[in-house]
Amino acid sequence: MSTEISTNVSKQTVLQTKKKFKWGSIIPFLFISPWVIGFFAFTFGPLLFSLVISFFNWPIVGETKFVGFQNYIEMFTNDPYFWSSLAVTVKFAVLFVPFNLIIALFLAILLNQKVKAMSAFRTIFYLPSVISGVALAMIWAWVFSGEYGILNYFLSFVGINGPDWLNDPNWALVAMVIASLWGQGTMMLIFLAGLKNIPQNLYEAASIDGAGKVTKFFKITIPMLSPIILFNLIMTIIAAFQQLTLALVLTGGGPLRSTYFYAMYVYENAFKYFKMGYSSANAWFMFIIVLGLTFIVFKSSTMWVYYEGEMKNK
Amino acid sequence: MRNQYSLLNKIVIYSFLLIGVIISIGPFYWMFIGATHPSGEIFNIPPQLLPGDYLVENFISLQESLGMLKIIWNSLFIALTFTVLSTLISAAAGYAFAKFQFKGRDKIFFMLLLTIMIPYQVTLIPLFELMVSLEWLNTYSAVILPNLAFPFGIYLMRQNMKSIPDSLIEAARIDGAGEFRIFFTIVLATMRPALAAVAIFLFMFQWNNFIWPLVILNSSEMFTLPVALSSLIGMARVDYGQLMLGATLSTLPIMIFFLILQKQFISGILGGSVKE
Repeated sequence: MSTEISTNVSKQTVLQTKKKFKWGSIIPFLFISPWVIGFFAFTFGPLLFSLVISFFNWPIVGETKFVGFQNYIEMFTNDPYFWSSLAVTVKFAVLFVPFNLIIALFLAILLNQKVKAMSAFRTIFYLPSVISGVALAMIWAWVFSGEYGILNYFLSFVGINGPDWLNDPNWALVAMVIASLWGQGTMMLIFLAGLKNIPQNLYEAASIDGAGKVTKFFKITIPMLSPIILFNLIMTIIAAFQQLTLALVLTGGGPLRSTYFYAMYVYENAFKYFKMGYSSANAWFMFIIVLGLTFIVFKSSTMWVYYEGEMKNK
Repeated sequence: MRNQYSLLNKIVIYSFLLIGVIISIGPFYWMFIGATHPSGEIFNIPPQLLPGDYLVENFISLQESLGMLKIIWNSLFIALTFTVLSTLISAAAGYAFAKFQFKGRDKIFFMLLLTIMIPYQVTLIPLFELMVSLEWLNTYSAVILPNLAFPFGIYLMRQNMKSIPDSLIEAARIDGAGEFRIFFTIVLATMRPALAAVAIFLFMFQWNNFIWPLVILNSSEMFTLPVALSSLIGMARVDYGQLMLGATLSTLPIMIFFLILQKQFISGILGGSVKE
């Protein structure tokens, strides 16, 4: 952090000498202008518009009517699927987020070992993350299929009578967690980058002091990685709340709505029941939850995230 | 460094790596097995573990039920156009954020990062309404345009652009090169590995993009691969042979693309993601 700021300051002094270029002041704005246009047309504009129509009864065809907070009141007080889908998403997030972080970190540590052919392993481990959510869903539909699936076939070797994963309300959500974990190589890469940035002399100094592997992991690796853990934690929570493709393709939300995610509820209200205003209210509620969770994670991070700069400032 | 591991350590590391390889590749192999067998045979017990000879037949029936060739073309055209345009936009904006000092720069950049957090569900309906009023349903433009200004691409470019020496740009200015010439001839040329990383990232995003094309494309000859594949599942009788071949066809190009450029991709992501 502190090094970042100091380089910015020195750059500022360098660049201030360039004021003699007349065009200098608008050139950077020209460079960012395509993004700015895109931002207003396709992000900021729609964001505001979405907030506006959330206060309307807005069918896809027919008359629109201002209804105030009616959509919000309706979903909190009179819509069982709102609460049940929210519960499914929370359950998914509670299972998915910790597993995803732990597995990604474990794989990153494994890939950071100095043995031969590591870059090949790194590429192979990342392969599941390059394919589309739809293809991933299909492959896993095929792996999970109850009677004929390869997973249950292998489970039968160790004497386990596998469930009919996707048709069993107790297992469908677990199956989705497993399928999602398979495609999360990006977190692994980000952790790996963080590991490579930890100065080796910290470990060497710790070894001289007689620290064991476990001590080094908890006293050096985890603190040094904590900003990246924070970043990955936030991104994983956001991803968990947006999970839609798997449910749409694998189960359609079933069986017995056990995989009817909140994102699916929002989607169906809009594009199956065509209640655009109501769905926008749902989506805004989701946005607020994600913002709130991010805020909480950020606030709590001062307790557990360690920034290198802190030491120097004290 | 290599000698710091004992034999036992190495055995443990390689066994974990081997398990990882099986888990990473196994399902792909199983997909390929499915694609080479007729749907009926797929339900044999014990399951078929070796490739069959039904690949061509599966492709013919896939072409009949979906018009697969047109769909592959749709996907390719959309993903390639998007990649070229969006990479350029990302590079231009990333360059400005990394190498220029302007009013509000850091605030604007922070806002850009915040937009990554907006759930796409929030903008889905307004974008849909926008495309309806423009009468752009079922067009390539409707799929391509909304995501062209891709915040994460800009973020990655900015992180990588920081490594361009200021002296290089300064020297070109002194030689009298215009700002846009500097960008196109010097900046883009020195940034080739980073451009490759961002390009493959953007290509992957668009090739795999599902929900937005699903919403905006409703005529089957305009479908992209993910949308077409998902429509197979809705059919009365799920033909796993066709399905797995479809999955293979949507997976193979992106994998090849990735394998060719994986070095640049991984180092681009590694270089970009850690500095903050």
